[in-house]
Amino acid sequence: MTTDPVLAVDDLKMHYVTQAGVVRAVDGVSFSVERGQSLGLVGESGCGKSSIAMTLLKLLPDNARLVAGSIALNGIDLVPLSEDEMRPHRWDRISMVFQAAMNSLDPVYRVGDQIVEALEAHSSSAGRDAMERVRELFDLVSLDPSYILRYPHEYSGGMRQRAIIAMALACEPDIIIADEPTTALDVIVQDHILREMQTIQHSLEMSMIYISHDMAVIAEVCDVVGVMYAGKLVEFGPTADVYARPIHPYTRALMSAFPSVRGEKHELVTLPGEPPNLLDPPGGCAFNPRCAYATDECRTTAPPIVKRGDQWAACWNPSDE
Amino acid sequence: MSEATNNTQAIPAATSRLLLRAIDLSKRFPLSSGWWDRNPSFVHAVDGVSFDLMAGETLGIVGESGCGKTTTGRMLVRLAEPTEGQVLFENESGDLEDIAHLKGQPLKDFRRRAQMVFQDPYESMNPRRTIFDTVAEPLQVQKIGDHAERLERVSETLGLVGLTPPSSFLFRFPHELSGGQRQRVAIARALVMNPSFVVADEPTSMLDISIRTGIMQLMGELADRLGISYLYITHDLAVARYMCSRIAVMYLGKIVEMGETEEVLQNPVHPYTKALLSAVPVPDPEATRDPIDIKGSVSVPVDPLPRCRFYDRCPIADNFCRDNDHPPLQDKGSGRLAACYKA
Amino acid sequence: MATVNAQPAVPSSVWRARLRLASRSVRENWGLFVRTRIGLLGLAIIAMYALLAVAHPVLMSTVWEPRIYDPVIGYAFDETKQPAPPSLKHPLGTDPLGRDILSQLMFSARSEFLLGLLAATVTVVIGTSVGAIAAYFGGWVDTILMRLADIMIMMPAISVLIVLSALIGVEHFELALLIGILSGFGATGVVLKSQALSVVVKPYIDAARSAGGGHFHIILVHIVPNLLPLSFLYMMFTVTSAIFSEAVLSFLGLLNVRMSWGLMIHTTESAGYLLQVAEFWWLIFPASLSITLLCSAFYLVGRSLDEVVNPRLRSR
Repeated sequence: MTTDPVLAVDDLKMHYVTQAGVVRAVDGVSFSVERGQSLGLVGESGCGKSSIAMTLLKLLPDNARLVAGSIALNGIDLVPLSEDEMRPHRWDRISMVFQAAMNSLDPVYRVGDQIVEALEAHSSSAGRDAMERVRELFDLVSLDPSYILRYPHEYSGGMRQRAIIAMALACEPDIIIADEPTTALDVIVQDHILREMQTIQHSLEMSMIYISHDMAVIAEVCDVVGVMYAGKLVEFGPTADVYARPIHPYTRALMSAFPSVRGEKHELVTLPGEPPNLLDPPGGCAFNPRCAYATDECRTTAPPIVKRGDQWAACWNPSDE
Repeated sequence: MSEATNNTQAIPAATSRLLLRAIDLSKRFPLSSGWWDRNPSFVHAVDGVSFDLMAGETLGIVGESGCGKTTTGRMLVRLAEPTEGQVLFENESGDLEDIAHLKGQPLKDFRRRAQMVFQDPYESMNPRRTIFDTVAEPLQVQKIGDHAERLERVSETLGLVGLTPPSSFLFRFPHELSGGQRQRVAIARALVMNPSFVVADEPTSMLDISIRTGIMQLMGELADRLGISYLYITHDLAVARYMCSRIAVMYLGKIVEMGETEEVLQNPVHPYTKALLSAVPVPDPEATRDPIDIKGSVSVPVDPLPRCRFYDRCPIADNFCRDNDHPPLQDKGSGRLAACYKA
Repeated sequence: MATVNAQPAVPSSVWRARLRLASRSVRENWGLFVRTRIGLLGLAIIAMYALLAVAHPVLMSTVWEPRIYDPVIGYAFDETKQPAPPSLKHPLGTDPLGRDILSQLMFSARSEFLLGLLAATVTVVIGTSVGAIAAYFGGWVDTILMRLADIMIMMPAISVLIVLSALIGVEHFELALLIGILSGFGATGVVLKSQALSVVVKPYIDAARSAGGGHFHIILVHIVPNLLPLSFLYMMFTVTSAIFSEAVLSFLGLLNVRMSWGLMIHTTESAGYLLQVAEFWWLIFPASLSITLLCSAFYLVGRSLDEVVNPRLRSR
């Protein structure tokens, strides 16, 4: 990989300060995304994957603290930027498709007008030009142009998600972060939207970060995958390698717990215990209380990085399969 | 009616005894509730659904949102009253009895034998009541046992669902428990009266993957140990594959295909089932699938036309499908039922 | 499974556990209440007036000569001119009819409390029942109760009271009932119904039904307890509005009561001293200040309770 990555995240730490203590939602995460590449971040609820999305866009609540690390977007570090300095990057260069499609659209404005407003806030195009652009965007995400001047409640769930995607595409960003983009949708609609997003991504040579709990969705749309646990990446690598030969016991556990409609009906294996409380994560490797291979080292010392080709994992007792 | 009866008889002879038989079950909801509206429109949420459930069997009902799967389940435990049709259910003396329109004490007695597990473990428990109160509620309203006996029964049931030691859970509140633990409590509440039938409405869809498997295994074990029959409602075909011996695929209030789970999933007959299955992603980056594109999206069945419900979106429909009423569920060989003229 | 013999017949452990939970919940909520500060201020004012109310009969039977200090029929023979300004014997002076103002103030405090709490209790009992029943049953039950609420809200309360006091003579008890019924079937009922609507759709209501729970069980065990925090809040606000209404009505002379803070101002007014506040301040200030303070106090307590039951309002 000789080209400069579109996005390079290094040792990112974002903590929430709450009454009960400090929640280490993102705790030292590093990865990079090449142009045209799609990265999947997979993990269970509370593992910090959505917090990463909010941190990358610097859309953080008041009690969030960006403690350390850098977010280099086309070589520019976003971390030290003020809100005013951040604005030209957000939506123009890095944009986002949110999880709850219903809440991302303002119910009292027509969808087309909302996209026009977003366009006008970020570029010089105005009036007729902007409306023309909305038409193009609707076409791109396969939305009927007659819906441009309709209100969000007249849209079905899938159409709303398409409108959100159109909005994220409006300024032709270099990278889009999609946080559970199809979680609330039925499977047929999900399939259509995922395939369309892939087509658009390839034709525009965009980079994508998909954030999902669904191993199957990530398997289908991502070139590279990162598995998160307790605010950290525990395994990272090309999707095909990670799924075929997972190194980390947590990744293996996720694989063997995930049911599939096709292929051999393998027995589902239950992972014992519960995800850790990020207020007080276990010492050493956070996965150690649930890990069948845990040793004393795992309980006391942070695990080393084990590499296998382009794939790596943070583990004391990696699978040597 | 006769058509429906034929359908149920078409199911291969049961090896075990019949627990429940739904005959031509329908539920319609009026769209307008105005007093002056003489001809209100109706949403045909469930429209002439028939199936059998054997004792100890798990039947899956799968489909997209709005297909009527939850309404079907709610009618079977009488949280909704069917507009039409019958639900024959085995009573205490082993006879089949129509429970579709029971009232008063007979309904209350029926509730001892049929229970429900709900989707959302966060909302299915009163936040102001302890786990003991929640699990003991069925015993309390049915006046089963005295306080000491209920305490023991509840502790025993909590142990059964893997909440051990029970004493450390009894007097805690739902918000002090994790999602998986709460769903175990919900299962305990459903099982505390030893029912023979449980409707499970997406019991794992809100749980994380590492927790979900545990709940699925628990439910399977309990079915084997206690001889419970489940109606397992889910949108997730992969989950249905692991939980159900047979599945029924619903679309706009109708069962469009029904049969042995593995048969239906590996070799679907109905064009809707085919499209649905082809859209399911698989957790294998190397796998290729061939998605079948179907037009449009799921609508709401308001006063549907007398034709196949899938006609507008069907890739193989022709004029015959347009001009005839919705096709009946017919045997398509080896016990597989499908409602399609073309398949 | 534990052997049955080893267990006591009555599981006292259950009651001990419940007691522990209840005391923990009281402690936690009290902690939140204390942290709001204004609630404590309100509570302190309420306690002060409660003390005054309790002290009155004690003083009357010990140091205060009834002939002089009776709040209604007493006369300050020891003063030469009425109304007399504050003195050692009469710390807040006397009214135009020669009655001790402190004694009137303390005597009235008790009836203000009784009025406020009775009105509030009636409101909450009716409002909670109306809200829970309308939301749970829906349909025509809901329609009837909500049309009734419309009537109650539109009812011109003052005109009704004028008619009623002319017909039957309205005293504190009737006033409390009237306010309670108007508010309970009216605005409070509507607010509690909208809260109840968010409870009746919860799956635990379905779970209770499928367990075989009857309407009464579901309303009493599942809906009402989830309305109580809000009911309690409205209870506080009703106390405020009851005390205030009483003051207005007795000032207008519409209430058939022996003594009240409103009546004290009414007496001042009918004797023609109302516009000479600067000169005869003791005739106005004690009563009007008391009305303001006690009303505010219950309002402050209500506001803090609001913060206790609505975590969203909690700062930090």
